[in-house]
Amino acid sequence: MCGIVGLFAKSPAIEDRLGEHLAAMLRQMSDRGPDSAGVAVYRDPVAHGHSKLVLCSADMHEDWPGVGHVLGATGEPAVRHNHALLTLPCAPSDAQARAEEHRPDLRVMSAGEVIEIYKETGRPDHFADVFALGDIRGTHAIGHTRMATESKVTTEGSHPFSTGEDLCLVHNGSLSNHNDLRRSLRKEGIRFVSENDTEVAAGYLAWRLREGATLQQALEGCLDDLDGFYTFAVGTRDGFAVMRDPIACKPAVMAETDEWVAMASEYRAIAVLPGADGARSWEPEPARVYVWERERVA
Amino acid sequence: MSTAVAAFDLAETPLRALNQHLHDLAGTSGAQIRVSNPSGAHAVACGIDAEIEVDIDGHVGYYCAGMNKLATVRVHGNAGSGLAENMMSGLVVVDGSASQYCAATAHGGLVVVHGDTSLRCGISLKGGEIVVRGSVGGNSMFMAQAGALVVCGDAGEALGDSLYEARIYVRGSVASLGADCIEKEMRDEHLAQVADLLERAGIGEEVDAGQFRRYGSARDLYTFKIDNAGAY
Repeated sequence: MCGIVGLFAKSPAIEDRLGEHLAAMLRQMSDRGPDSAGVAVYRDPVAHGHSKLVLCSADMHEDWPGVGHVLGATGEPAVRHNHALLTLPCAPSDAQARAEEHRPDLRVMSAGEVIEIYKETGRPDHFADVFALGDIRGTHAIGHTRMATESKVTTEGSHPFSTGEDLCLVHNGSLSNHNDLRRSLRKEGIRFVSENDTEVAAGYLAWRLREGATLQQALEGCLDDLDGFYTFAVGTRDGFAVMRDPIACKPAVMAETDEWVAMASEYRAIAVLPGADGARSWEPEPARVYVWERERVA
Repeated sequence: MSTAVAAFDLAETPLRALNQHLHDLAGTSGAQIRVSNPSGAHAVACGIDAEIEVDIDGHVGYYCAGMNKLATVRVHGNAGSGLAENMMSGLVVVDGSASQYCAATAHGGLVVVHGDTSLRCGISLKGGEIVVRGSVGGNSMFMAQAGALVVCGDAGEALGDSLYEARIYVRGSVASLGADCIEKEMRDEHLAQVADLLERAGIGEEVDAGQFRRYGSARDLYTFKIDNAGAY
């Protein structure tokens, strides 16, 4: 199973309460994915040449100011449960390399100018509480509740998966050719930290984008190169994209009002949004890429 | 028989209380039930066995009106996957659209969807009847054995794949026909069947039965033939 959600704010009122709405959507998807949860939130972009780094520690009492000092972060780390957001005066790839060099025991959840990924094992309602999702404002977000089928229940195996700078992927379904594809992608220099099938899809997208494909092309490439079932939601700097496999046995529903665009595995996750009763809602067609970006709705 | 309408607000009342109430009416007739705030809940009004009327104001989740017998269930909104799955008799009407495998394995009764349906509409249909005012997704009527589907819009890929004796009528375009499904002649009996179904769906006035084309089984995959081995 697994549940996925996405929310794109079209009004300041929704931006102000993005985290609260996202948490409500995740709670509705608890039955579909009770073992882990995660979100990618897009907000507060840093200036070009700077980066936002979200790190996760196995130690609940991690000395985050000390970590910030070692990595040369500017300002105080913003701590959420066992994760912390640091701002560094260097490009995201350099920030990630710094963290891996100086603190290899910490896990890099996301690196970019806009994205923040938080994910952990445990029930989605508990996740929403301990990560204080309710106080997060932002422009858009995607989220995931996991029912593990292909690999262990771990923080690394939770979604979203970072697929590069300000990009991430959540997945409902399972892939059957992930071992073979992982081997191929490793030869291309793509790194993997788990045995998870979705991480391979994320790595595939990262590789295609690195080779010059557009997001649309990279997603369409999945139709040829991934074997399995999937509904994907991809978070980008400016919005999100949704695609289902050609058989489309994994559910997805989308809805739009003047205030927001939302996608979810089931309508009940959309029903909790303000004005959902009057929303235009529809089911995404198989093998078709749907994209919402800031420019398109501005 | 009382004509008072029993109201259930699912924002206040647990779904199980509603379904238990409906099951307790088994064998009775005439009751009217109004359900509000379904908010995409699953299994709303499932397993009814009574000649009653249920109106649901809003969108429902999976398996609404599943296994329905005798009842009339109206959804004033959209329906998720598995609407009226394995329905035995009665009438299910959706004002909006329905998701995947609408009326799957239905043995009897009529399902009317005023919007579109997603993939696999009428899969393995066993005698039920379906009228879709909009379009149906791919793989609709896969392995349907008996009954009929009327599509006023278009049909997706692989319509009627591995079809048995069910009848399919489409007014618009068909993206492709599945294995062993072919177009067949519209004779008077078929025109009469479409007209009757449109009439019972309440759209007989606006849709002309003469505009439909009929699709059915070529009956080449019925029994195993060594010449067809490649098609299995």
